[in-house]
Amino acid sequence: MRLLRMKPGHGEVLIAEGDVEIAEQERELIEAFRAQLDQGMWAAVPVLSSDGRRQAELVRDFDEVPRDAERVIFFPRAAGGC
Amino acid sequence: MFAALGVCGLVAAVLAAEVVAPRLRPVLAQWRARLAVVPAEDVSAYDPGRERRAEQRARALLRSCVNEEDWAMYRDLGFLRVWGNGSAGAADGHGVAPYAYLIYPHKPIVAYVPQSSRLLSEYCVDFPDRERPYGSTRLPPSDDVLAKWMALIADERRLIESANLHLAGRQHDPDAVRADIAALARWDSRRERQLEATRTPAP
Repeated sequence: MRLLRMKPGHGEVLIAEGDVEIAEQERELIEAFRAQLDQGMWAAVPVLSSDGRRQAELVRDFDEVPRDAERVIFFPRAAGGC
Repeated sequence: MFAALGVCGLVAAVLAAEVVAPRLRPVLAQWRARLAVVPAEDVSAYDPGRERRAEQRARALLRSCVNEEDWAMYRDLGFLRVWGNGSAGAADGHGVAPYAYLIYPHKPIVAYVPQSSRLLSEYCVDFPDRERPYGSTRLPPSDDVLAKWMALIADERRLIESANLHLAGRQHDPDAVRADIAALARWDSRRERQLEATRTPAP
């Protein structure tokens, strides 16, 4: 699983990478995940729907991330603009 | 006589200030708050080459996350359509979509009625990165589109509630948006014909 974060002036940045089936790597992923949320990021997981279409899920806790997810994408939380 | 006129003028000015001042105070406070919260972009840190590379990465990420049809739409037309919640199946042409959104990079999301092309509203939403790497809070354009797409798909209400709602026409030119909707309809028809041609074997 890879944790990616969108960054101004850069595009996505790799925050952490690891195997959730390996306890130590999972712990590191969880810590990195929480750190991003503490910084005010939203976390989205690209998923496939039952009919094979690409979709996304917003997650608020690492437990909500599907175990087989390849990526979690962080981006700054939405704010009213214009 | 001049002294009397002067006194009258002074009294009139004081009375006018008494009337106007309470109305001006909140306006001035708003302006002060805006200037304090939104510092000027650091133009000296802007590097067009870096921004171009960032946008290339963002386009690759967008392409890897959205459906092939969505990617083709964005590549060809410069915006994405997302069906509104409750219109399940509409994307496949099997349902009736009550409304849909057009997602533009760094512009408000537009809600409209696909059947009539009637514009409903604009939702102004940003994803500002307070860390301001390279002096800017703005994501690359395609990252902005992907963030809107993921948030709309995953939790439409949460995104819409975060946005500032305006009547259609505040930021977008309504005629330009209607032209985009018409272009999208032509694009849909063309794509449908192409898909049909690939499904039907040549005689």
